[in-house]
Parts: sequence; structure tokens; C-alpha cells
Amino acid sequence: MPTSYGAPAILATIGVVAVLTYAIRVSFVAILGGAETMPPLLERALRFVPAAVLAALVVPAFVTVQPGTGGIAVDRLVAGALAVVVAWRTEDVLATMVAGMGTLWVVRLLL
Amino acid sequence: MDGPDTSTGMNHADLRRGVGDVAPLLLGIVPFGLVAGVAAVEAGLDLSEAVAMSVLVFAGASQLAALELLGRDAPLSVVVVTAAVINLRMLMYSASIAPYFRALSGRWRAGLAYLLTDQAYALSVARFRREEPVDRRAYYLGVAGTMWVVWQVTTVAGVLLGTGVPDSWGLEFAVPLVFLALLVPAMEDRATTVAAVASGAIAVAGAGLPLNLGLLVGASAGILVGLGVERPGGVEDAD
Repeated sequence: MPTSYGAPAILATIGVVAVLTYAIRVSFVAILGGAETMPPLLERALRFVPAAVLAALVVPAFVTVQPGTGGIAVDRLVAGALAVVVAWRTEDVLATMVAGMGTLWVVRLLL
Repeated sequence: MDGPDTSTGMNHADLRRGVGDVAPLLLGIVPFGLVAGVAAVEAGLDLSEAVAMSVLVFAGASQLAALELLGRDAPLSVVVVTAAVINLRMLMYSASIAPYFRALSGRWRAGLAYLLTDQAYALSVARFRREEPVDRRAYYLGVAGTMWVVWQVTTVAGVLLGTGVPDSWGLEFAVPLVFLALLVPAMEDRATTVAAVASGAIAVAGAGLPLNLGLLVGASAGILVGLGVERPGGVEDAD
């Protein structure tokens, strides 16, 4: 679904995200110095960022409650479940995409 | 010759070694970049905006999340905070790789930092930890520079692809599939797995939250649950 934001808002958002992202990247490399300066709790918390963030992105995309019907989007659920198996066995981006998209199209044809 | 180039002081053999080491990973980056381009089209961005995002932000997962939230007309503050939280993991990389770049000038370090990605970090630190001498800057540039070029080219290709493919193909579903392939290796032990499960469940429950806050709430809760599950004072069964 296309955004209703105009070009200035989009570009400003890109700019702010870019500045924050660069600040994160450059933090210790060029400004703060070394690993020993990071607080231990922050270091422990950061370890969970990839798993937590990615799960919050993935699971709602597979388990989509369809507005109106009150049901679950079956095509996405089935395709997602199969993709989980393939991702687990291969840990490969391409194989996961092929399995997920292929299943989505097959389920949509059958339904 | 494989000796250091006298004009730049860069070891070309180590530069090539970096390119060679990252080559197998490109198989995963190419579809990822294509999806970023397609997602930009789906979110209503034009080619120049999509390229601006890939060049300036250059961080795939946060780009995809930002595009999805933009497409849902989430408040821009939520878009920005979500993207920044996703990239917080690079704080870890920055801290961990910093000691290896200490001998370089500030200008070089500032430049190399821009190219820092999951892949550049993982390959470079693995190489730097070995005993054998390596021109770190050259090796890192070989890995990270290759990633950068491939990312920009595939973003443009994805935009062209996304413009030509009908909506009925459901290409937007490729976005969570990319994330899934990244999620599985991130669940490396019990604590990170529990964090992921909690985060996913709460994000589903919070899908109807105002301002599209479900992602942020789910991820934050997952991090807290992970911290709680992990035994204090030690990292359990991690390698």
C-alpha cells in the first residue's frame, strides 16, 4: 500500500534514519574508543536485539488477522509455516523465499 | 604484484581476499536487495527516493521495516525509532571492531564505519582474529565495498522489477521471508529463542495497537524477556 506522505516527509525520514544509523555505526569505531567502555547491561541487552526485532517483524506477517472476516489469512499462515521449516533446515535467504512465495501462490490457486 | 600499493598503502591481495570471502554471501544479499527495491515501490517511493534510502541508510532490515511502516502511514516518529532500534545491534559491531581500526586516521575510521554491516563485521572480525598478518583496511573494504555495490545495484533492479510486477503476485510477502531467513540463525541459544518467541507473540497481539507500535512493543518486550531468562552473571550455553 503506497504511503500518503509526500516527498519532503519521505526524504526527511530517510535523512533522520540515515543520521541515526551512521551515529550507531561510528560510535565506538571513531568516537568512543573501545569495547571495554560499553556498560555490561547494554551489552547483554544488545545481544537480544536481532532475535527480538526480527521475530516482531516476521510473526505478525504470517499470523495476520484479516479485518472484517475475523479469520486468519490462511495463505500466509501455510506459506509462512513451510518457510519456517525451510529456513530452519537451510538458513538460506533464497531457499526460504522460493519456498514461501511458491507455497503462497500454490495455496492461492487452490483456495 | 601483491605487495602494498605505494600510492594508497593498500594491500591489493587482501582487498581481493575480502571480495572472495564475501562472494558466497551475495547469494543471500541479491534477493534481499531486490526485495528492498520492490518494497520501496510498494510503499510508494520513486526510484530516486529508493536509491537515496539505500545509499544513505544502507541497512536492509531497517529499510524494509521503515518502508512497511511508511506504507501503513505510521507516524514518522514511529518509523524513525523502529528503524533506529533495528540498527542498534550495530552498536555491538562498532564496539567489537573498533580495536582493530585504532591505528587508522580518524577520517578513515569515519569512512569505514559507514560501510559497517552484519556481513562486513562478521567476516572481518573472523579474519582479524587470526594470527596471520592482514591489511585490515584493505580486507574490510573488499568485503564491505562489495556489499555496498551489490546493495545499490540490486535496489535499483528491485525498483524496476517492482514497477513491472502486478500486485496479485503478492511480492510484499517476500519481505517477512527475508527476515525469517535472518531470524533463524539469530536464535542461537535458549535465551535468544525465548526472546524471539515472546517478541513474536506480543507483536501479533499488539498488531492492532495505535501508531503501529506493535513492532516496537513486541521487540522491546522480547529483549526484556531474554534478559530475564538469561542467568544473571553469565551467558548460558552460548559459544
